[in-house]
Amino acid sequence: MSATVVTVTSGKGGVGKTTTTANLAVALARIGKKVICLDGDIGLRNLDVVLGLENRIVYDLVDVVEGRCRLRQAMIRDKRLPELYLIPAAQTRDKNAVSPSDMVRLTDDLRGEFDWILIDSPAGIERGFRNALAPADLAIVVTNPEVSAVRDADRIIGLIEAEEKGPARLIINRLNPVLVKRGDMLSAEDVVELLAIELIGIIPEDENVVISTNKGQPVALDGKSKAGEAFQNIARRLNGEAVPFLPLDDKEGLFQKLARMMRSGGN
Amino acid sequence: MAGWLEWLTGQKNRSAGQAKDRLKLVLINDRTDLSPMQLEEMKNELLEVISRYVPIDPAGVNISMSQDGREHRLLADIPLKPAVRKR
Repeated sequence: MSATVVTVTSGKGGVGKTTTTANLAVALARIGKKVICLDGDIGLRNLDVVLGLENRIVYDLVDVVEGRCRLRQAMIRDKRLPELYLIPAAQTRDKNAVSPSDMVRLTDDLRGEFDWILIDSPAGIERGFRNALAPADLAIVVTNPEVSAVRDADRIIGLIEAEEKGPARLIINRLNPVLVKRGDMLSAEDVVELLAIELIGIIPEDENVVISTNKGQPVALDGKSKAGEAFQNIARRLNGEAVPFLPLDDKEGLFQKLARMMRSGGN
Repeated sequence: MAGWLEWLTGQKNRSAGQAKDRLKLVLINDRTDLSPMQLEEMKNELLEVISRYVPIDPAGVNISMSQDGREHRLLADIPLKPAVRKR
């Protein structure tokens, strides 16, 4: 086994990097892949809560790098998916506790045991981002269909190319098909045309993401929601399958239509 | 016809179109590290240098930036005036 290291990054904060990392990890594990995710956001750890594993942390990534524990001791195994592991970030240290070569060494030690190593990059273009990018075989840029997120994504894509880690792949997160149809949100085509990199997934805006994150159960755990299905499709594309993109102007089911009509008083 | 269709569907002044147009310009500036002012300055200097060698028709000049993937190209279309031959 020799893992592919994927770094999930975005430039701008709050676009859904951590949610994307967690759900891709879950989706890959669900199709039988052995996956480990590393939280690269030292000092602002979050991947653990999004995955629902926050109560099981004993050691973290900085403990491994500084030799206070063995690699295996810092790996938390997800009980829902036995092929899924997490190495959490340290909460009390900062990004300077780790160097890019530490990250390369750490992932090299893991490569033999896994199919996929996913690294959740911190926002920004500084040390933490460079740490997360250093061991990457593939960089995935997450953006939202908004001006600030697209601009920062473009900047990050340029940096990834400069580090010779390109070409990056694109995930457009929180796309609202109703707004796109009305002409009030950049469409996936618009974003792809502007950024000029290959699209690997579109995640529709879906309240199930909020609900599942509240519970610490990533939406991709069951592929029933729109977002969960979209993450599952990305996992399959990463595995080399040609999966068509979901139809976005989703037709309302009869039930939803009735519910909506009742809410708005029959209009 | 196209304008009429846009009017009918109300797409023309929708915010997504504005976002795209604004982003196009911002990304050119970000990627080339050239501000719109510097671009204008460069155009003027280019024309000045060229017209030192050949007479040009300033009204027909068109200098623009084109995009091919993530690469940009500076396109200069500069019509030359026929030279007045001195015999």
